[in-house]
Amino acid sequence: MSQSNRIAGGQIDRSQTFRFTFDGVPYQGHPGDTLASALLANGVRLMGRSFKYHRPRGPLSAGSEEPNALVHLRSGARQEPNTRATVAELFDGLTATSQNAWPSVKFDALAINDRFNSFFTAGFYYKTFMWPAAFWEKVYEPIIRRAAGLGSLTRQEDPDEYDKGFLHCDLLVIGAGPAGLSAALTAGRAGARVILADEDFRMGGRLNMETLTIGDAAGADWAAGVVAELASLPNVRLMPRTTIIGAFDHGIYGAVERVSDHLATPAAGKPRQTLWRIYSSRAILAAGAIERPIAFENNDRPGIMMAGSLRAYANRWGVAVGDRVAIFTNNEDGLRTATDLRAKGVDVIAVIDARTDGTLLPGIRHLKGAEVIDSSGRLALKTITIRKADGKTETVRATALGVTGGWNPNVNMTSHHRARPVWDEGLQSFIPGDGGPPGLIVAGAAAGHMSTHGALATGQAQAIAALELLGMKAKADTLPKAEDAPISITPKWYVTGGKGRSWIDPQNDVTVKDVKLAHKENFSSVEHLKRYTTLGMATDQGKTGNVIGLAVMAGLTGQTIPETGTTIYRPPYTPVAMGTLAGRSRGKDFKPFRLTPSHKWAEEQGAVFVEVGMWLRAQWFPRPGETHWRQSVDREVLATRKSVGICDVTTLGKIDIQGTDAGAFLDRVYANTFSTLAVGKCRYGLMLREDGMVFDDGTTARMGEAEYVMTTTTANAVTVFRHLEYCRQVLWPDMDVQLISTTEAWAQFSVAGPNARKLLEKIVDQDISDDAFPYMGAGEITIGGTRGRLFRISFSGELAYEIAVPTRYGDALIRRLMEAGQEFDAIVYGTEALGVMRVEKGHVAGNELNGQSTALNMGLGKMVSKKKDSIGMVLSQREGMVDPNGYRIVGVKPVDPKGQLTAGSHFLEIGAEPVMANDGGWLTSKSTRRIWAAISP
Amino acid sequence: MIINHPILGPRDSQEFVYLGDASLMTRPDGMTAGIEEFHDWLYNRDNPAGLHRELWYHEQGDRSWLVVTRNTVTHEITSVELARDVARKMGRSK
Repeated sequence: MSQSNRIAGGQIDRSQTFRFTFDGVPYQGHPGDTLASALLANGVRLMGRSFKYHRPRGPLSAGSEEPNALVHLRSGARQEPNTRATVAELFDGLTATSQNAWPSVKFDALAINDRFNSFFTAGFYYKTFMWPAAFWEKVYEPIIRRAAGLGSLTRQEDPDEYDKGFLHCDLLVIGAGPAGLSAALTAGRAGARVILADEDFRMGGRLNMETLTIGDAAGADWAAGVVAELASLPNVRLMPRTTIIGAFDHGIYGAVERVSDHLATPAAGKPRQTLWRIYSSRAILAAGAIERPIAFENNDRPGIMMAGSLRAYANRWGVAVGDRVAIFTNNEDGLRTATDLRAKGVDVIAVIDARTDGTLLPGIRHLKGAEVIDSSGRLALKTITIRKADGKTETVRATALGVTGGWNPNVNMTSHHRARPVWDEGLQSFIPGDGGPPGLIVAGAAAGHMSTHGALATGQAQAIAALELLGMKAKADTLPKAEDAPISITPKWYVTGGKGRSWIDPQNDVTVKDVKLAHKENFSSVEHLKRYTTLGMATDQGKTGNVIGLAVMAGLTGQTIPETGTTIYRPPYTPVAMGTLAGRSRGKDFKPFRLTPSHKWAEEQGAVFVEVGMWLRAQWFPRPGETHWRQSVDREVLATRKSVGICDVTTLGKIDIQGTDAGAFLDRVYANTFSTLAVGKCRYGLMLREDGMVFDDGTTARMGEAEYVMTTTTANAVTVFRHLEYCRQVLWPDMDVQLISTTEAWAQFSVAGPNARKLLEKIVDQDISDDAFPYMGAGEITIGGTRGRLFRISFSGELAYEIAVPTRYGDALIRRLMEAGQEFDAIVYGTEALGVMRVEKGHVAGNELNGQSTALNMGLGKMVSKKKDSIGMVLSQREGMVDPNGYRIVGVKPVDPKGQLTAGSHFLEIGAEPVMANDGGWLTSKSTRRIWAAISP
Repeated sequence: MIINHPILGPRDSQEFVYLGDASLMTRPDGMTAGIEEFHDWLYNRDNPAGLHRELWYHEQGDRSWLVVTRNTVTHEITSVELARDVARKMGRSK
């Protein structure tokens, strides 16, 4: 019973057996199998349920265009939803389960939706769940969300790693079928740096799935030979298992390499997938073509699939999908499937050919001018009903049906810059239009050259053309002999007549009826059709079904297909996992964070840390016995007020500003004046944005005649520096002023409290008495010979200094300060106590300077000097911004200190209705003892 | 996108920070221009489908402000200049 549908041949390694399970049932397969091929080999055709009607479904294709066979791959934290079984490479121990079915894929309770299909037509949700509006969020949406959707998330953390990488090349070749191999070989032999990427784990494209020959070799063998030669060339990088997901600007392509998806777990140190950014000078799209079906009633049963896929399973994987196979075709390619399957010993019971012309296949029941009009079989195909040329119908037993309505050139990526594909009457398909991504040219079937010879020839020619534009010369080697059959196709999109449903987009359950309904309700344009019916909006982006939908609409409107037009494709080409896009940027690695110079020491003290901008700062320092943060913070505040407290303030932005125009420059960027500041002094500065709102604040010291040191808030350190560079380079390019960000160069500590000077006098070599170092003094000092800077500024209202040393001495300085401070019971305080003390002092900070505050709002209106031009000065004088009745920042003390207020609370008169008109302002920040609020006067 | 930095050569646009229309370079003098003129300069800008001169800052690089001429429809970049050079050519000085 094991692998009952396995037949001879194929590119699988039968010397090894892989064990795997699907829905808990054990099966066997071989290396080289996909999950779909292995399940089909074991006679399993039912793999999932459809999105809306919960119809039983099996694979439609053998590739990444698959709409139906979506499964949960793996289990536990590694479980991945909506994995296409047709591209999931089999490995030993693989587990997969079906999705969107309950209790089981064979008996799905929600298949009841299928019975009520007349309700679930296009626009159902829009029409049904309109009223009452309040019901949408609370009633309708939860019900719909539970019922709809495909796979489910485990909600467990993904244990695997994902990487990002960068690659450069002269020529990127997308797709390793005959056209891509020919292009890569031509360019590789010419010495160009080539990247050849293919989504498959085995390069060769359709050559692996056909019985065609190239030269004297089987197509698959020729492909293997070319791949081997390319692998030997040092200038060529082969990237199998790699999907180019999008064509971005300036020759940049996104690629997802499935590094470890074919393994049970990634090897140590290896990522699961890598997201590559490929910088290419030129690119060739050789993505081949995708077969499309013909819609007929009940054409979605497991066992009905694309004819080309049916033969792919036979030729590449040694699998006969059914023992009695019929083919429904409108083109010559369908006959190839019949021929190949018969050669493999499969019983081909009939070829139902919509064409009336052409030759008959010898030895096979070949019905010309016929069509398949219906099928039966609940969980798998049992019969098909044929309407013959004479109009008579016949129902025959069949376990598999291959359908082909022709091949669509895979133009997906040519649309990524919004170019629209154009209709080709001979092919009855869209081919790439003008205006595709610059640097991208198309070869082979993707360009509409459907024969093997056409693929080889255009691949070679396009490679030569691409290299020529790069100034490189490639040789046109003699091409091996390959088939060059002409296209023979009679347009056939769907079978008319009958009352049942004919599927166009099986993943989203869009049928011919839905398109008709959209037309009836005047959603006739392709963009409306897409959104009204959800045609092509599923995870497969309508790779198989879109063109049929357009053709049906064209028929209904009486327009031609080119007049009807087509929607276009966007990246990504196939679905990409969020983890791949995130790469290593997750959890604590989401973004890098910086540690303060005293971090190690603070850790030793058991500090609690908080993220502040890019930094990790000590929030408070709990002492033994303190069980609530308030105890620690209150102690830190009180001890500072009583004696002396120390805080690491390194995170404040620091910018050295030098040059003969430094003072004049500061006058332009600050609202107040700095050119008059005496050397050795500092001043509080207020910086506005050009629209007059407050941008940032901080103290700036004049260290010399032409040398200032600016401090910024922690949050704005980067943006202020960027702004100053802008002013210096763009607005006033001839000012003699230079900037260096020194935020990381100096470790800076605040030493605050009545005993601050006494403590510092113990370690600073110079005289820092009140006379020698008065309030707002600034200067160079030494600490035991080590150079440093001292600023007498206070953020807490106490006697306070900020002392700075080169960062590498920061750890030594905090230890020295704490040791010297022992006799004063010096404590260290964190950002919470810092916040409490600044509120009590009346300093504004980020809560107040929120981008919507004017200097006037902050009570700092007088700081804006009108005697000089400065950024924001003019527009800060606008009518609304100088309104004397506008908001003002004020300090507020609660009457009842036990009462709790939350920052953000609005003030209302007692008993007033909570409406805007009664708004009396709001609480911006609060400390433990006193609160700050902005209120209107 | 790739921005061809006049000093450093082709660099990925991820290294840059975007500011906006290069017309921002024509900042009026605050001692002579009034609110109307400043308002017009700061807020009223064209939004062309086509060539657009715009300011980019090489933050993850050499801190140069650049004037990039980019087609907003195709993202084609036809010119990249140092903003300081452009500003001087416009007559901006101190």
